[in-house]
Amino acid sequence: MSNSDPTSFLNRCRRSRSFLIGGVMTGFLLLCAAISLFWTPGSAYDIVIPDRFLPPSAEHWLGTDQFGRDIVSMLMTGTQNSIAVAVVAVSIGLIIGVSLGLLAAAKRGWTEEFIMRISDFSFAFPAILSAIMITAILGPGGVNSILAIGLYNIPVFARLTRGSANAIWAREFVLAARAAGKGKFRITFEHILPNVLSIIIVQATILFAIAILAEAALSYLGLGTQPPHPSWGRMLNEAQSLIFLDPWQAVFPGLAIATAVFGLNLLGDGLRDVLDPRLSRKR
Amino acid sequence: MTDYSVEEPVLIVEDLVRHYRLPKESLFAEHRYVYALNGVSFEIKKGKSFGVVGESGCGKSTLARNVMALEDTDGGSVRILGEEVVGLSFEQLRPLRQHFQMVFQDPYGSLDPHLNVDRIVAEPLAALGPLTSAERDERVREVLESVGLKSGDISKYPHEFSGGQRQRIAIARALITHPELIVADEPVSALDVSVQAQVLNLLKDLQESFGVTYMFISHDLAVVEYLCDEVAVMYLGEIVEKGRTEDLFANPAHPYTRILLDAVPQPGAAKKRDRIKLAGNVTGQTEIRAGCAFQDRCPMVKNVCRSEKPPLVAVEEEHLAACHFSADVRAKNKPAAG
Amino acid sequence: MTLLDVQDLTITLATAEGPARAVRDLSFSLERGETLGIVGESGCGKSMTALALMSLLPERSNTEGKILLESEDLLRFSEKDLCNIRGNRMAMIFQEPMTSLNPVHTIGHQVMEPLRLHKGLDKDAAHAEALRLLDRVGIPNPKARIRNYPHQLSGGQRQRVMIALALSCGPDILIADEPTTALDVTIQDQILELIQNLVSEDGMALILISHDLGVISENTDKVLVMYGGSAVETGRTDKIFGELTHPYTLGLFAAMPKLGMGRNARLATIPGVVPDLMNLPAGCTFFDRCPLASDHCRDASPPVHVLNPDHAVACHNIDDARGKKSEELYL
Repeated sequence: MSNSDPTSFLNRCRRSRSFLIGGVMTGFLLLCAAISLFWTPGSAYDIVIPDRFLPPSAEHWLGTDQFGRDIVSMLMTGTQNSIAVAVVAVSIGLIIGVSLGLLAAAKRGWTEEFIMRISDFSFAFPAILSAIMITAILGPGGVNSILAIGLYNIPVFARLTRGSANAIWAREFVLAARAAGKGKFRITFEHILPNVLSIIIVQATILFAIAILAEAALSYLGLGTQPPHPSWGRMLNEAQSLIFLDPWQAVFPGLAIATAVFGLNLLGDGLRDVLDPRLSRKR
Repeated sequence: MTDYSVEEPVLIVEDLVRHYRLPKESLFAEHRYVYALNGVSFEIKKGKSFGVVGESGCGKSTLARNVMALEDTDGGSVRILGEEVVGLSFEQLRPLRQHFQMVFQDPYGSLDPHLNVDRIVAEPLAALGPLTSAERDERVREVLESVGLKSGDISKYPHEFSGGQRQRIAIARALITHPELIVADEPVSALDVSVQAQVLNLLKDLQESFGVTYMFISHDLAVVEYLCDEVAVMYLGEIVEKGRTEDLFANPAHPYTRILLDAVPQPGAAKKRDRIKLAGNVTGQTEIRAGCAFQDRCPMVKNVCRSEKPPLVAVEEEHLAACHFSADVRAKNKPAAG
Repeated sequence: MTLLDVQDLTITLATAEGPARAVRDLSFSLERGETLGIVGESGCGKSMTALALMSLLPERSNTEGKILLESEDLLRFSEKDLCNIRGNRMAMIFQEPMTSLNPVHTIGHQVMEPLRLHKGLDKDAAHAEALRLLDRVGIPNPKARIRNYPHQLSGGQRQRVMIALALSCGPDILIADEPTTALDVTIQDQILELIQNLVSEDGMALILISHDLGVISENTDKVLVMYGGSAVETGRTDKIFGELTHPYTLGLFAAMPKLGMGRNARLATIPGVVPDLMNLPAGCTFFDRCPLASDHCRDASPPVHVLNPDHAVACHNIDDARGKKSEELYL
């Protein structure tokens, strides 16, 4: 029943179709972002009025916008922005939320009640509304939108982590560790965290997609990334008023957002299979 | 094997009480309790095996967890090697833990799937304080050898082993600190018969070579008879009968013990045996009542059983029973039981 | 006419690591009123055999051979016809009474459902019949209990409800797969006695599956000892327990702690572990653990020796095995 082949993890990755497709789509986005750091086909910032509203061509692969900026370049640069916001926002939620969740599961009692009631409280507000509220108070801008999205992620991670960690705390191997004289802190790091990690990773991928969506939504409302930095959400917003004049402009940012979200969701789904602890696992 | 030296017992449990508080049924309802242990007392001599038998819900696993100081106890005393462990903080307990270790029932749930055998087995060494890595590796190698695992198994993960081998890993983990006492909670009940025999024999052999003391919890009377010198029968959080295994099994003095023994199916026995059966239904553990704990299910219950609680008294040397009519029970025992 | 006749049943499961042969060339028959015990350790194929009889095997499996219920081959039935057979002619009780009952319905609802579905009773008639069934399986105060949910009953009572469910349509064959393994020994005693009584009252046939030689010995007329998917020893219960012959049966008996054997005895152990169904030897499945094994055993399936009309053993070295005590073989 055992499969001690060291490549078995890779094998499972290869066998999961959603992992492969999701991985390729996400990888493509990362590649775009990386390339755009030092090269883009045209310029995402230079305004060239004579070139505005160009359809896709060899020079401007996806055409130009109302200011004559190259759309491919704007999308590629926008990828950077989306990924940066999502990474930072998810990391904030991940680090604080997971810590709180682990703490709640380890301490139980009043600590747990307190942490969970606060997270319930924050769940009572619709995520996007609270993000709008935060950016409205702190003022629009990239950093503030990161903060707004990150704050929303904290209770999501905290709940998930606490729930899974409680299940692990009830297992006999944790009792065995306590019988061995290990304290709650050590047990949390040696037994609980490794056993809930796969669930957290899957959740992080999905929240990553949600964060990209949220960033796009905030930028669309003018509360996120500010001009002249290109952003998918704002491109969509600007294209909206020109939808009959130049439909191309609306299609591509929309496609980019869809690709990112779909790819990450597939990846999360695939990771669920790949990291399934019931299947053989090698570190 | 009988040893009459007047050594201090490895474990002395006195009047141990544990009541779990149930969650309130409604905001204004009174708290209700599960009376899991209602004053349990016994002691185990060095190098002996003490069996605790009873059916689910009789409190035997609670007893194990309280002896192991894994829960807060509500009353009574647990002394291991003369040292009181009830009331000690987790930190105070840590240096003592090397003297008492535990083996769990579920060979799948008691090993962390993310750790390899080396890390699993070495885990209790945490209680010993710092060891050099050479000392640590030597201990792991030595203990794996004593439970019959290969040195090549050290880097494998639990899923690569069968149930019996996993239980060997769990036993190795319990042995690594050279404990005086091992509390084993149903260590063989999840195993196949042929594998169960291997593990039981291993436990016997380890006792012979290391002189370790066992508190062995099981629902299987035949297993307890095979492994234990002394046995206690539990019913609803109390010990109802206690004695040397051979006395108690051959000549039980409590009707519950008699019924348990009769209910064990015997291979090769006649198709239907003549036997005493349980009456009535299981009583809950959520109330404490006057009289004998076994009154609702006892086939020979009398009025006095409903009003007066029978004390645990000697019926012969080193054989105690808590029944008003233990003499009657013993009179009905067939000359050769089983 | 023979009620149930199983001929050369072979079950292959498709797993991620390749085909696993769960049952090989299994044949047995069952008459009305008879009790057949199937005994063996985990992975011996006993549960797979039960699921095959009920046609409830997982989809990725292949079944060969014949399962004749009064001369009709169930393996050729359509799913719709099988639905009629299940519950009506054959019923099954599982090991874990908590998970086999639906937690969101009352037990009354669950007992009434097959009565209305298979027997076409109206609501009142089904209710009355459900009360009668619950009373018959020994549920105290059925009028109150019928409104309870599964979690409000004890394990033994849940198993009684399962039995009431299985009996609801008066099946010809009752298959009980480890019905008492999750229960305490005193409750086990009560449940087994209940099943015995019901079977003899209704003239049903019973297939009792267990890992416990004691349970099998006390509750069956005929026994099938399985190992690695094959039957190694079959016959009348009293004959088999009177003369255990196959090395595996001997080992299993010797490995089992028995009341009254005392502390100074030592259990025999069968070396090794139960076989991996993925790579079974071509010959005898017990080959790698058998103290009597010779090269011949590995390559050829063991022939079935009929010791007497009521006792058959599948072993190459039958002459060595006969008359051997288990202690001689395994110590």
